[in-house]
Amino acid sequence: MSSAFAVFAIIFVGVSVLGFAASRWGSGDRTSLEEWGLAGRGFGTIVSWFLLGGDLYTAYTFVALPAFLYGAGAIGFFAVPYTTLAFIFFFVVVTRFWVVARNRGYVTLADFIRDRYGDRRLELAVALTCFAAAMPYIALQLVGMQAVLTQFGAGSRLVQGSALFVSFAIVAAYTYICGLRGPALVAFVKDALMYVTIAAAMVIIPAKLGGWGHVFSAASVALRTHSPPGTLLVPPNMYFAYGTLALGSACTLFMYPHSITSALSAKSKSVIQRNAVFLPLYSILLAMLALMGYCALAAGIHLDAKHTSLAVPLLLTALFPGWLAGVGFAAIVTGALVPAAVMAIGSANLFASNVLAEFTQERPAAETRHAKLLCLGVLAAALVLVLTVPVPFAINFQLLGGAWMMQIFPVAAMGLYTRWFNPAALLTGWGCGIVCTTVMAVDTGFKSTFALCGNGLVGYIGFYGLALNLAVAAGLTLLFNATGTAPGVDRTVPADYA
Amino acid sequence: MLLLIPFVGTLWVPFYARLEPALFGIPFFYWYQIAWIVLGSLIIGAVLLLTHDRRDV
Repeated sequence: MSSAFAVFAIIFVGVSVLGFAASRWGSGDRTSLEEWGLAGRGFGTIVSWFLLGGDLYTAYTFVALPAFLYGAGAIGFFAVPYTTLAFIFFFVVVTRFWVVARNRGYVTLADFIRDRYGDRRLELAVALTCFAAAMPYIALQLVGMQAVLTQFGAGSRLVQGSALFVSFAIVAAYTYICGLRGPALVAFVKDALMYVTIAAAMVIIPAKLGGWGHVFSAASVALRTHSPPGTLLVPPNMYFAYGTLALGSACTLFMYPHSITSALSAKSKSVIQRNAVFLPLYSILLAMLALMGYCALAAGIHLDAKHTSLAVPLLLTALFPGWLAGVGFAAIVTGALVPAAVMAIGSANLFASNVLAEFTQERPAAETRHAKLLCLGVLAAALVLVLTVPVPFAINFQLLGGAWMMQIFPVAAMGLYTRWFNPAALLTGWGCGIVCTTVMAVDTGFKSTFALCGNGLVGYIGFYGLALNLAVAAGLTLLFNATGTAPGVDRTVPADYA
Repeated sequence: MLLLIPFVGTLWVPFYARLEPALFGIPFFYWYQIAWIVLGSLIIGAVLLLTHDRRDV
């Protein structure tokens, strides 16, 4: 047994015990959804920092992003401006959402929609969009785990499948019992492992490869041999795509169920605001990790286009001492389990509160029971999805999910500031946006960018969808206002937002 | 208003899609965007301090 595996196994067992230990953390009535799903809205700045960092920066990001740069070059680096801008949205919009959610007792984004617009269809549209976007995301966390298992020689599907099953069963069990406190406690370990691994990688890897200058020049040579060839810089015809990908992704990140769930578990408005200042520290790690994709190229690791997700695990195996590689692998696996658990909680809350039932402020006790069972169901479904559906399909679906999430921006984010839009107009706009992004995605064979006017303007599909969505919503609102259509009942009052 | 600065800084791609000047061997395109992570965080911090004084005392 290799030292990498021994270190990995010890850490994994420790993390599982910790997950269950969270059941002793905090008091309160575990049968309430706020207690199970939001940890009683009691997390301070530090716990929130670890939890948000732990679930916004997922294992999938940490494996897929370097793989993106490894395969395609500079365009993959859009994730860096994306996270920079995401925290500005986080600082402004999520703070406002946290306040109204506390005042009105919301657990999900769709709760707010129901209260704000008085429209059941809009509530369902938002809940299902979030759910559809989160599902493939959870499944993709497993891809990161698979990449690690391959390094331990668990090549056969049966061994991989059972290893994934066991780890998911452990996560499902402690999440069921402890709710959000389980992943929150594990997030401390996950983030610590992540920092150690990346710090070590920054010291060891460029030095072994002859310095950054050499890494970039070697990567540039290797990228040119790819088909289509990659480049170290974004080519001029992709400038617009690069910008819209960054901006578009930035304005969706905070609407995902896992961001909302973690954000609402904060105990005060200042916790959210302070985290917007300090969370970008993780983005620096993200940028460093992205560059590991180039290091893998410079290290002469050859992978075909389908297996680029192995780039970082192979790099760690090649250049790290065994035990440190074990720490790195443990970081990737716990990095998959924390977000998977939070996403499952967030999706389960949405389903229990907004799909199965309609949001009401007197939360029935059955809602918590449903959410806990649904959380198990979501994790099981993600496992089945990853074992049966080919990985590229899940990736396509996840990219499309991001473009879909952008379509709830007018309803959710703009809705926090204005009730000018008519709910029926928003619903139609949302529908147009969803159809538009789906058609563009299918038409390009699931690329995230689409060329408008022939080959003219290459931009992010979600961005184009949002433009259409807003145009339709605004046009119809003017029309409905002119014809005197009822705008629906808004149960929130300005004081709720202060 | 301060919060709009990072949008201009990071979304004006033609400005930073270049290799030189490199820093520790890292091309401009890369370290420029990494620098914006830090700047963005500092700007949010500054806004937080400025608004905090006015509203919450």
